[in-house]
Amino acid sequence: MKIAIASGKGGTGKTTVSLNLALSLSDVQLFDCDVEEPNCNLFLGFDLEKVEDVVCPVPVINQEKCSICRQCSDFCRYNALAALPDRVLFFPSLCHGCGGCAVLCSEKAIQESQRSLGVIEKAKGESSPEFYRGLLNIGETMTSSVIKTLKKYIDDRKTAILDAPPGTACPVIASIGDVDYCVLVTESTPFGFHDLRLAVDVVRSLKVPFGVIINRWGLGDSRVEEYCKAEGIPILLKIPNDLKIAELYSRGIPFVREMPEWNEKFLGMFEAIKLQLADTEEART
Amino acid sequence: MKQLTVISGKGGTGKTTLTAAFASLAKNAIIADCDVDASDMHLILKPKILEKEDYCGLEVARIDPELCIECGKCREFCRYGAIDDNFEVDPYGCEGCAVCTIICPKGAVSMEKRVSGQFFSSDTRFGPMAHARLGVGEETSGKLVSVVRSNAKKLAEQYHKDLIIIDGPPGTGCSAISAITGADLVLVVSEPTVSGVHDLKRVLELIVHFMIPTVVCINKYDINEENTQLIENFCAKLGISVIGKLPYNDIVTKAMLQEKTLIEYVKSSECLNESEFADQICQIWTRVEKILMSIQD
Repeated sequence: MKIAIASGKGGTGKTTVSLNLALSLSDVQLFDCDVEEPNCNLFLGFDLEKVEDVVCPVPVINQEKCSICRQCSDFCRYNALAALPDRVLFFPSLCHGCGGCAVLCSEKAIQESQRSLGVIEKAKGESSPEFYRGLLNIGETMTSSVIKTLKKYIDDRKTAILDAPPGTACPVIASIGDVDYCVLVTESTPFGFHDLRLAVDVVRSLKVPFGVIINRWGLGDSRVEEYCKAEGIPILLKIPNDLKIAELYSRGIPFVREMPEWNEKFLGMFEAIKLQLADTEEART
Repeated sequence: MKQLTVISGKGGTGKTTLTAAFASLAKNAIIADCDVDASDMHLILKPKILEKEDYCGLEVARIDPELCIECGKCREFCRYGAIDDNFEVDPYGCEGCAVCTIICPKGAVSMEKRVSGQFFSSDTRFGPMAHARLGVGEETSGKLVSVVRSNAKKLAEQYHKDLIIIDGPPGTGCSAISAITGADLVLVVSEPTVSGVHDLKRVLELIVHFMIPTVVCINKYDINEENTQLIENFCAKLGISVIGKLPYNDIVTKAMLQEKTLIEYVKSSECLNESEFADQICQIWTRVEKILMSIQD
């Protein structure tokens, strides 16, 4: 089963929930899909090894064969090719690797090579949880490609926890697009609530079953609880606005390690998710 | 005209709270909310929308079932796996490259305009504001950030403003890059947690990559003073000044609940501790203004 942990707003506690949930379960994989700013391993401290380079095909133009016909530069939707009077210029950072220019070139002047976008890394040896992360190169924009490559390492026989990036745009869709369940982490403040509703729009449009965790519970007001009640959205867990939790987080310690009573609460949440999915399944058939 | 971008790497460190406070302190500025997929600035500034325009991102392919002979060429050449077994295009998968249109032997594929969001020119109690809303799950948020920024520039010219204050997105990807490119100064809001330190390092690497003058502000510095020291040492090594350290304070949430900027909230507060907090923000703003003035146009 694949469970994604997401939120519209950044800094609401996605990584905290992903880590503590993964540490409370057994036979589990954890994927850090926030490839622009992956933080999970700061709390796990695993030795990582590279398992794959994420690459994007890019054109290499043979200037001798090129007749500067402009077909490729006119076609490229990403403005990655520009025809000058004496040659065609290529801007790698704009290229999405669609391969259209090579298909079009009537002089067969374009071949493809590869550009590195980032890497996929894995915790060395046997680790619990089994941990993978993607890391996007600095200055690179193809976030979703790294996420899609990372997700190839999901083992369907295991429980997979996916720590998603913030927002509602394509990297979020790439992370939560085909999961079985999505946990939305929020806080009950005006910003948290507003971004929660955006996140709800996303999971609903993707038809992914979901529930909500209220983090820093006690902060703000009751607007999130009232909304969830009115919408029939299950509140899976409330994590209090606790100085000890915040302090452990600041030092890079998942709080279930120091507050073992939370293991059971995360386990209980996992069971509740399974029940909710079973109910949805039943309602469907 | 100068452009100041506020970013953070890590989300939730206080970008929008600080930017909104700046908005109420700046004398002659335009506000641009460039966190286009989870924008929150409007919740505080309550913009009155004056003009609204559709934002078209990349086009999306459409296969005409009448012309399609299901030869499978498009599926073979599509590198994004966006065409399913029934020869229908998944709009979330399609990146608008148009390769399928040149591959199809029957000319059955065409590219269609896709409205990926909207962008707005608005008025607020602190002056004009440019902002946007990206449709759910849309691509090209970086491109929409550029659209908001050029709209902000247009507004700045129209209203004779000499500064654009940009509230940026989290991360280091396409929207963050679009938000900092061509800015005169970047202010990074960090927090002293292991994640905050890590994300600050990555985002500074990005800014160095684009060679933009940068300053750092540490929010909630007192939740872990060891990590605060770490950030200060790290910035000193890079020659980046830390222009302010703000303590943890409930006032941030209280002001947000009343839909006020911190500066406005403090005006109605009697609490000494709260007005000290606002004073510190005013000092940070004064330093930012000074640095902006020292930068040549």
